[in-house]
Amino acid sequence: MTTTPVAGRTTTVAARATDLSKIYGQGETQVVALDRVTVEFHQAEFTAIMGPSGSGKSTLMHCVAGLDTFSSGSVRIGETELGSLKDKQLTKLRRDKIGFIFQAFNLLPTLTALENITLPMDIAGRKPDKQWLESVIQMVGLRDRLSHRPAQLSGGQQQRVAVARALASRPDIIFGDEPTGNLDSRSGAEVLGFLRNSVRELGQTVVMVTHDPVAAAYADRVVFLADGRIVDEMYQPTADNVLDFMKQFDAKGRTS
Amino acid sequence: MFRTALRNVLAHKARLLMTVLAVMLGVAFVSGTLVFTNTISEAYQKSSAKGFDQVDVAVTAESREDKGNTIGKNPDLTQALLEKSAGVPGASNAIGVVSGFTAIADKDGKLIGGGFQSQGGNYYGDKDPRYPLSEGAAPHGANQVAIDSETAKRAGYKVGDTVRLSVDGPVLKPVVTGIFTTDDGNVAAGGSLALFDTATAQKLFGKPGTYDEIDVKAASGTSQTALKAALDKALPADLVETETGKELADEQAEMISSSMSGLKQGLLVFAGIALFVGTFIIANTFTMLVAQRTKELALLRAVGASRRQVTRSVLIEAFVVGLVAAVTGLVAGIGIGAGLKSLMGTLGATVPDGPLVITPGTVGVALAVGVLITMLAAWLPGRRAAKIPPVAAMSSVHAKATTKSLVLRNTLGALFSGAGVAVILAATTMDGSDGQAPMGMGAVLLIIGVFILTPLLSRPLIAAAAPLLRVFGISGKLARQNSVRNPRRTAATASALMIGLTLITGMTVMAGSLQKSIDKMASAAVKADYVVSMANGNELSADVEKKLAKVGDVTAVSPLRNAASRIDGHTEYLTGVNGSAIGELTDLKVDDGAFKVGGSQVVVDQDRAKSFGWKAGSTFTVHYEDGKAQKLTVAGVYEGNELISGIMLDTATLNPHLSDPSDMQVMLKTSDGASATTKDKLEKALGSNPAIKVQDKKDLSDSIAQMFTLMLNMLYGLLAMAVIVAVLGVINTLAMSVFERSQEIGMLRAIGLDRKGIKRMVRLESLVISLFGGVLGIGLGVFFGWAAGELLGTKMATYELVLPWARMAVFLLLAATVGILAALWPARRAARMNMLAAIKAE
Repeated sequence: MTTTPVAGRTTTVAARATDLSKIYGQGETQVVALDRVTVEFHQAEFTAIMGPSGSGKSTLMHCVAGLDTFSSGSVRIGETELGSLKDKQLTKLRRDKIGFIFQAFNLLPTLTALENITLPMDIAGRKPDKQWLESVIQMVGLRDRLSHRPAQLSGGQQQRVAVARALASRPDIIFGDEPTGNLDSRSGAEVLGFLRNSVRELGQTVVMVTHDPVAAAYADRVVFLADGRIVDEMYQPTADNVLDFMKQFDAKGRTS
Repeated sequence: MFRTALRNVLAHKARLLMTVLAVMLGVAFVSGTLVFTNTISEAYQKSSAKGFDQVDVAVTAESREDKGNTIGKNPDLTQALLEKSAGVPGASNAIGVVSGFTAIADKDGKLIGGGFQSQGGNYYGDKDPRYPLSEGAAPHGANQVAIDSETAKRAGYKVGDTVRLSVDGPVLKPVVTGIFTTDDGNVAAGGSLALFDTATAQKLFGKPGTYDEIDVKAASGTSQTALKAALDKALPADLVETETGKELADEQAEMISSSMSGLKQGLLVFAGIALFVGTFIIANTFTMLVAQRTKELALLRAVGASRRQVTRSVLIEAFVVGLVAAVTGLVAGIGIGAGLKSLMGTLGATVPDGPLVITPGTVGVALAVGVLITMLAAWLPGRRAAKIPPVAAMSSVHAKATTKSLVLRNTLGALFSGAGVAVILAATTMDGSDGQAPMGMGAVLLIIGVFILTPLLSRPLIAAAAPLLRVFGISGKLARQNSVRNPRRTAATASALMIGLTLITGMTVMAGSLQKSIDKMASAAVKADYVVSMANGNELSADVEKKLAKVGDVTAVSPLRNAASRIDGHTEYLTGVNGSAIGELTDLKVDDGAFKVGGSQVVVDQDRAKSFGWKAGSTFTVHYEDGKAQKLTVAGVYEGNELISGIMLDTATLNPHLSDPSDMQVMLKTSDGASATTKDKLEKALGSNPAIKVQDKKDLSDSIAQMFTLMLNMLYGLLAMAVIVAVLGVINTLAMSVFERSQEIGMLRAIGLDRKGIKRMVRLESLVISLFGGVLGIGLGVFFGWAAGELLGTKMATYELVLPWARMAVFLLLAATVGILAALWPARRAARMNMLAAIKAE
């Protein structure tokens, strides 16, 4: 197993979790979803979070993205500590600093593709940056689909709209929750390509939860989670590497 | 299948809540009405039956009709007839009955009761079996009176007190000598009863020496029919008619139940409206439940359930829901019935005591109505459920709202609406009563048409609100789009509110216009400063006019004296006026000749002139009630109205022919016009009589306005139920929408719409739907009000459409309030929704 740290890059931390724990229930029925997780997500880096079902990968993402509360530890997005924020401030943080891509696309069926893309700005009551919006639309290749409604778009096109929506407001960090989970492999590859390009070319920070080694291979770094703990990480992953690791890990899990 | 249906009901308890509430309210209204009217009706019947205990056979004068040139005059029931009746074999005794209007003032000089149930009569002899004295003794002579115990208690009168009374004008101040108890229906219903000795009563009620009725009591062992037969034999058949006490009691019971059934039907109409509004909610709910369960129902079909079984399962669900709602509604209705009865008691309208009457019929009707309405409304969704193909179970796609084309629906709606409008417009050109039926039919067609068209109308009308909603940013935009997302559901929700508001607005427009027209009619033709009349609309004694004429400031005075006569074999009512003053007191337009009343010169209104073929200068012969004839000359033809019409002649010409002159009202003019001091002076001149109203023009319009306000408020109260049910409908629709869109709401929260924004989105959607219903309702209401007015206008010269803009603004505000209130709970729910669960829900 080879892990190569990226040398020679200035790495500003976009989001950081320190000793992050999330515990459901109490006493006998207590379930530890996250167990003192410490992890950093660097700017302009594409990170994939992997792990078997129930490993806590989605919970980790939800907590770091300000969608869920945590039991102890701390989460920072940029300089902002999430633990002390009220719902209203958290909402504002998500609106202004974070972009989301969901497995189920989650577009509003009543809005056109373009309106869906600009929705976060509309919520904030901001005018979108025309030039940036143009380049985002250009990148995801939706120019001639802008006035279509989600029902008139294919699954891949819908998820491209969702990607554009996440990018359009230039968030500090984008979180994706199994963004290719509902797509065929070709559309999935397209979407992942856009995400990687946004990191490479636009300096966007992306954190994605996935269980697909092929998807993880698009990332710069893979963080492996098991039983609510970070067990390993891997830089410059390939699908084979990741698959090997997962098999190994599975075998280890079974023997231990 | 039954178990599946039952499980479904239990599983969707929360979502069925509004439906159950809606049906429950409707059923409660129905059963409350039935319980209340049955209870009241039975109580009245019992109390009135008691009133006939003392009567075995009643002897009344034979009624005679107008014939040839003579006014029919009933023969007198004389003392001789009374004595003869008492002497008939099988009779134990006979009592002569005299009765009439008698107002009693309380200690502050105010009239006791409303004036309509203020009764007077005679206390027969020293011990009248009808009226057992609880205190004091029988009244004797003109200065003594006995009053009923309820009235005595209410006003605080005791034996020995002096009370102020009035029969037809002059104030009497007799001393209370006795207080009696009575089962009299009027007293039981909150009226008053004052008794004089027989001679005084006969004199006061204008029938010296005669009776209104002779009540004969049978000796023990003689049946009522035997006594009746004996009386029929003994008394002259061309003078009297006889009836047994049982017949009278039965007639009375019949009358009470028929007058109660009017009230019952009126209330049931409003209950029906509320239930009708409820069907929209039921249909909406079941449509949604079916849509959500597409997969489940398809699975049932896949494993072998037939279409009919699927429909049946939905109907069984509706049955269970309807039954639960009907049972709770029935219980609530019984409560309402009991509550209404005690409410009437506290409002002063005394209701005779009696148990709460809950008939098997009431229970049956309530249950049947609740269950049938629910099943009927669920029938269409049930059929739709059956059409789900079994393969839908396999597809992973979520069921979408029906996207079936609205083309057929819109065509049908346009046809109905078009026909409705056409029929209504055609009806407005018809004459009053001819137009009523087509107008009603057109209204029904139009309402149905608009119902069918609401989905189509929702888009442009709601789009029109877009500029307003833009103020609210993204929440407003989303709210607008959400509200047209499921046009059928939005339409059904808005229609529910529309019905109530259509009726409310229509009634308001009509009442407002009518009020204005009557007001105009009352004041336009009248130049008099004051109009004096009896509080209950009875006739005034001719003394009143004489007294008023003597007041110093009065410059002109004239009665409107009513007298029957025969002209060319028709009965015509003559109006006796003061010929020298009437010109100053009225301002009637004269079409032909001159407005001149005096001697044999009379004026007639257009209608009479037309039907008799009179012109200025025509002469005709009138036969007065005393049988004498006179030749009169038409001096002029005037334009009459609902208040002043007919043949006007001078009182000097008329009086000699009248045995008991009495006036509908007295009009007068004073030197300084209408003022508080003058009014006071006039009232004093009449002895501050509680039974007489002295009204200037403002009082007249006030009392007209008051009447309309009272009527409108009652209608508003009754229609409130339909609006409340409509509110439940809006809540229901919003709750459904929030539930169905939880994933979207979760996403919006995730990408940064705060709770406030979510709440605002739901509230605005509610507001949009409610205002849509409100605008439609008010629009339709105005149209109906206008159309009905056109019809009325043909009968009423002064009719004028009055659009109550302020009221309409209030109604729109009401619709908006409904929207905001209805959104409270759904908006809260939406804002509190667990984001993560919502996003993951798939």
